[in-house]
Formats: sequence, C-alpha cells, structure tokens
Amino acid sequence: MFSYYLHLGLRSLRRNPVLTALMVMAIGFGVAAAMTTYSVFRATSRDPIPQKSDVLYNVQVDNWGPENTKNGEPPPALSYTDATTLLRARKAQRQTVTYPIGVSVIPEDPSRLPMRQGAYATGADFFPMFDVPFLQGRPWSLEDDEKHASVIVISKALNDKLFNGGPSVGKQVNLDGHLFQITGVIADWHPQPVFFDVPNTQGFDDGASVYVPFNRAMDLKLPNNGNNNCFKDPGEGWENYLRSECIWLSLWAELPSKSEAEAYREYLTGYAAEMQRSGRFSWAPNVKLRNVMDWLSVQKVVPRESQVSLLVSLGFLIICLVNTIGLLLAKFMRRAPEIGVRRALGASRRDIYAQFLIEAGTVGIAGGVLGLLLTGLGVLGVGLVFPEEIARLATLDPTLMALTLVVAIAASVIAAFYPTWRAAQVQPAWQLKSN
Amino acid sequence: MQIKPILSALRRHKAGTILIALQIALTLAIVCNALFIVHERLDRVNRPTGMNESNVVAVQNLYVGSPSTYVPLMKTDIQAIRSMPGVEDAYVTNAFPLRRGGWSTSIQTKPDGTKNGVQSALYFGDEHTLATLGVKLIAGRNFSASEVTAFERDQQPVPAQVIVTKALAEKLFPGESALGKTVYYVKGRPSIIIGIVEKLTVPWIDADFIDNVSIMPLFFNSSYQHFVVRAKQGQQDAVYKSIANTLYGVSRMRVLPERYGVRTFDMVRKDAYEADRGMAVLMSVVCGVLLAITAAGIVGLSSFWVGQRRKQIGVRRALGARRSDILSYFMTENFLIALSGVVVGVVLALGMNQWMFTQFEMERLSFTYVLVGVVILLGLGQAAVFAPALRASRVSPVEATRSV
Repeated sequence: MFSYYLHLGLRSLRRNPVLTALMVMAIGFGVAAAMTTYSVFRATSRDPIPQKSDVLYNVQVDNWGPENTKNGEPPPALSYTDATTLLRARKAQRQTVTYPIGVSVIPEDPSRLPMRQGAYATGADFFPMFDVPFLQGRPWSLEDDEKHASVIVISKALNDKLFNGGPSVGKQVNLDGHLFQITGVIADWHPQPVFFDVPNTQGFDDGASVYVPFNRAMDLKLPNNGNNNCFKDPGEGWENYLRSECIWLSLWAELPSKSEAEAYREYLTGYAAEMQRSGRFSWAPNVKLRNVMDWLSVQKVVPRESQVSLLVSLGFLIICLVNTIGLLLAKFMRRAPEIGVRRALGASRRDIYAQFLIEAGTVGIAGGVLGLLLTGLGVLGVGLVFPEEIARLATLDPTLMALTLVVAIAASVIAAFYPTWRAAQVQPAWQLKSN
Repeated sequence: MQIKPILSALRRHKAGTILIALQIALTLAIVCNALFIVHERLDRVNRPTGMNESNVVAVQNLYVGSPSTYVPLMKTDIQAIRSMPGVEDAYVTNAFPLRRGGWSTSIQTKPDGTKNGVQSALYFGDEHTLATLGVKLIAGRNFSASEVTAFERDQQPVPAQVIVTKALAEKLFPGESALGKTVYYVKGRPSIIIGIVEKLTVPWIDADFIDNVSIMPLFFNSSYQHFVVRAKQGQQDAVYKSIANTLYGVSRMRVLPERYGVRTFDMVRKDAYEADRGMAVLMSVVCGVLLAITAAGIVGLSSFWVGQRRKQIGVRRALGARRSDILSYFMTENFLIALSGVVVGVVLALGMNQWMFTQFEMERLSFTYVLVGVVILLGLGQAAVFAPALRASRVSPVEATRSV
C-alpha cells in the first residue's frame, strides 16, 4: 500500500509542478535557514570538555563589593592576593591559576623572524585537569612549579615551526630573550568555547601554543596580555600591583564529587568571611563556584547575534510551515472529487490519511534534499555573517545532515495534518452528487 | 465595492483566510524586527570617527626581547616611518578609533577624587597626532614637542597637558569653556586642558561614552605599540605595502602579526564592524526570502480560490458584473484579509520587540518601521493577488452554463 500511495503522491505532485515547487522551496528555505543558524548556535553553545565539565569549577571571590559590581555578580577574575592564597590552601584535588601572557618566540635561526604566539602562564595541574593530549614528553611537575623552574609546554603547531615537527623534549625555547626548557609537546588543543579563559577571549580565539609555569612568569614579570581591571588606583610598581585589588587571574578547581564541591564552597565562604573580619572586605562573603557549563552560560559566550539569528530563522521556518499548510490545503481540497470517488469505492478515512500524509512526506523529502543543499551553502557562507573564530566552528556534519532531513520531513508531515484532516472529512455522497 | 458579500464568502473559507492572515501577521512581525536590526546595525557601521579616514594606515607592532626601555626604539621607528617617501605624518600610540582595545579611566574635576567622574578613553600621542588623524582643533593649541614625555608600565598616565574632545569638555564643564581648566586623571595630580578637538571616538564600538576621548602627550614604555600613519594623497597602497619592510629594515626584533598587523583604515573599519555588517546582511536576506515566500503563498492560495469559484464568477458575469467588478472583488478580498493580518502582525511585532528588548538589550522598535512593514505587506498582498484576480476577471460568462 505504501508504495502505491507513494506512486499516487508523486503523480499528484507532478500534476501541478508550480504548487509543488513552491512547497518544496518553502520547506527547503525554512529548514536551511533554521539549520544554518542552528549550526552556529550549536557550535557556540557546546560543551568544550564534556567528559569533565561537571567536575571543573571556576572560582570567584567578590573583592570589589556591591558598589563596584552589578547584580551581586562577583568580578569575573581574581586578584593576585586571592588567587595565590586559594591556590596555596590546596583545598581541591587539583587547582590551577591562569593568565594570558604577551610573549614572542625568537627562533634560534637568526634569519627567521620572531613570532607572536598565544600563550598562558599556568600551573602543572592545568594539563591533567583539562585532559590536554600530549604528543611528546609530559607536563612539567608540581616540583617544577615549586622550584620556579624555567620550563615550557608547546603545541604541535609551534613544534612544527621551530623543530620541523621532530623530537624537541629537553630543547630550549627563547621567549623574549628568556630561555625555557621543553618538557612536552601537546596536540593542537583548542577547546572552543575557551572555557578556562572566557574573560579575555569572550569564548573564542585562535588557540594558544605556549604554556609556561605561573611562578616563573611572576619572577620574570611577564606582561598580562588580557584584561586588567582595577576599581581603584593600584599605586606604582609591580609589588603594589600584586597587592592591589586589580583582577586579572582565573582560578580553576577540579572537584570530583558534589560533597567536595560543597566543602570547597564552604571554604571559599569562610575565606571571604575572614577577609571581612580582617577589614579587607566591608561586605558579606560573596563567592561563586561554577562548573564549566554554568560558567559559560553566566558569561554569555553564545554571541547575541547567534541567538537573535536562530530565533529569527525559527520564526522564518514557522512562516514557511504556515505557507505550506495553505498550499497543501489548496492542493488537497482541489482533489475533493477524487477523494469522494475513493471513499465511495470503500477507502476508509484511515486510508485517506495514509495517502495524503505520504504525499506530504514526499514533499518533505524533496524539501529536505533542497534544504540540505542550501544548508551546505549556508554553512559555507557563515563566514560572511559571523567573525572567523566562530564561523569556522560551524560545520555540516552527519548529525546536522540527518537533523535537516528529519526536520524537513517532520515539518511537512505536521503541516499536512490539518489539510489531511479536511480531506478525510470529504463527504463521498455530496461530492458524487455535485459532479 | 460592497464589502458584506466578501465577508460572507470568506466565512465559508475560514481555514484559507486564517492561514493567509496568519502568514501575513507572522511575516510582518519578523520583517519589522529584522528591518529594524538592519537599520540599527547599518547606523553603527557608518558611524563617523571624527578622523579623516582616507589615506590612513595602522600598524600593530610588538617589540621582541627584553630591553630596559622601548622608548628609543619607538622614536627610531617613527622617524623611519615619517621619512618614508609616501608618508605625510605619523605617530606612535596605544589605541585609536575602532581598534577595539585600549585604555579608559574616569576623570574628576576636583583633586580629592570623591565625586563620580566622567569616563574617557586615553590616546597617547605627540604633536603629530592631530595632523595624522586629521581631526579638527576647534579651540586652544596643539602639543609642542617639548611637552611629550615617557611613562613606565607600572606608572599612571598623567601628563601636564591634555587635549580633549568637545563632547568630553562639555560633560566635564557643562555650560562653560573647558579650555585652560584643570582635570584629574589620578587623585591629586592635575592636568590642564590646552586644546579641544571637534570629534574623535573611543576605540570600542559598544562603549556608552563613545565621544569621550583624551589625547595625552606621552610615550608608553611597552613592547606593544601602534603606529598610525597618514599617507600622501594617492600613496596609501604604496605605504601599506612597504611599511613592514621599512620597519624590519630598522630592526628585525619585532612581530607585526599576520592578522591585524598592517591595515589600512578601511580594513580597520571593516574588521571592527564585521559582526554588525554580517547581521545586517543576514537580516536583509531573511526579509527578502520571507517576503518572496509569503507572496508565493498568496499567489498559490488565491489561484486555488479562483479555480474553485469559476462557476460563481461565471454566474456573476452572466448577471451583468463587469470584468473590473470581478478584479476588484478579489483585490478587495485580499486587502481585507491582509488588513486583519497586519493588525495582528503589529501586535506580534511589538511583542517580539519587547521580548528582544529585555533578552538582548535591543532598542525599542520605532513606529516608522511598523508603518513601513504594514505598507510593504499590504502592497505585497495586492501585487501577489493581481495575477490570479486578473485570471478570474477573464472567466467567461459561459462558465455559468457549464455542468450545473
């Protein structure tokens, strides 16, 4: 029966090619618009580290007070005082502090030009905490952190540039005249959104190639390449800056269980309360401990453009559906005499439903195929609308392709419900009489 | 034209009528808001900076190595740039309009720093800054070479003299001349306003203090600098192409990043408003396709109705209705449906805008846009129904006699 109805459907669609083309185009454009914008939304709202996102926590301590913060949200980064005190307390299984550093790599070969690389100063725990994949060697150790060792982890891309991709563990890298010894080479690891550095990247960047120990970076006073926010003058000199309430450091903690997270949160509150007692804070403790997805959501990494365009294109899809309902209604009702004859010859309402829903389904498949083509074009054209860092994350993968087809078929079948119901209501006697 | 018979006819086609009206309503809601987004974004994209933007090249420069001071390097570089054949003037700075990164601080008019200040962007420069940017000095004087000093990374930028924009001057000293007045960038450390420029915008495109800028005669001792260069008329491309070689000729110990390293000001503007332009393009395309689909839908349904009513049309024609009567019947019918659609659509459009206003901090929809949308959709409906209505008017009275 299915193949017979399919055959009937195709014949009927061929009978008015203009109307059919209109429906296929409505479904195709509607689905393509929705899917293209969804591909961007999906890329910007995805979980960058799904295996661990619920055990990694960003730490915030309000050191600015209600007068200098909005809606009770603590500043998005920490001061040196808070970050290093919390780090030293070791209340989590693993913890690391990070900030982006502005350094250039000077190649050994004097004929080559220096290069600017994305770089972070951080701790030894950074690599196991964030599951950073190593191709050569290993992370530096906690002892290296303690010893303020001059060590470095570089990315594959930089290793390719400096050492032609060969073994480089134990070799030296020159950062602005300071030598660092390589302990490991990581794969080109660029989690997007860059969950561990949202305040400086807004979530998306080109990725970093250089990681050096935080303690060593402090010794060398390596400049902060990210935001530095002060609500009052820190005073002059590096020491005053470190003592100030300027915020520029991110602190992350790995807390494998809810109870550990709760204990850490209590510790943070206790710390802030102590700061209040000591007179540093003149307000009640205001601390936040948020896992990766909560942090990304609070920091609003999904660009406003992505949300607005997704909403607009969903509206667009709905209009296309309303349009298709109208066209299907016209198409089905024009065939009232035919329905009358079929009903009179013994077809049940059920049969009519099956026949017309299958016909709508074929429109959906055709619309889906068109939608798939247009989505492909749309994803290629995302770069015209969104910044490069975001555009390259939007891809047409098998999941999106399958989703496009499913949405197209589902949309056209849903659109067909009302017209089909009307078709099934056709009174055979009345139709036969009036002809 | 009698409206009553149309209404009673429509009552027998409830579903089709409601579908067209609904489609028009939804289209109006989306088109109004999308057009408004386009307008809002294009407004930003074309916002002037106060500069004379043609013939300007901007260079992002990172010094490499750890010298005790970068100031001599900066001075050598800027001299080398100024003596390039196609260059009219140049200066070294931390930021410029549309750079999307820079410094800002709050300025006080009292030394004690108790009052809430006025927020201002800080541009470091020298006596060449005004000429290079092409901004107009409307009061006071330019810096002199002897007033330019250097300051360190861990110091505060507090020059003895500053030049401010007119907008900032008016906010600091409303109703009086700011020229010669003292302001405080840091508590207790005075700076005198020696000049006022007509307009210059901050580096950020989303700041709410867009016209508040202070120009300071300072060299900032840091590895990270920008060179702003004004090329001679017609020499912009030559300067753009040769400036990297000139700088590397002075010293190779620097990085001019691949992206954003050397840019003409056209490129700076394009980069700054990339997202806005993209959004405007996207929304325009959505509007266009949406209107086309709605029009196609109206054509499809109207044709169906005409086909369904050929007999009735034949009867009316046989009873003496003229072609124009039939034509205007269908045109009026569509107008009535579209009218009910736009009434609902206006409510939807305002509701959608209200929601976006709270969710995405969008501006309020101006009523002009709703009006433009209403006119577009009513016109679109009439245009779309014209062909089917014309076909209806050509139905011959003979149809009435067929197969009754």
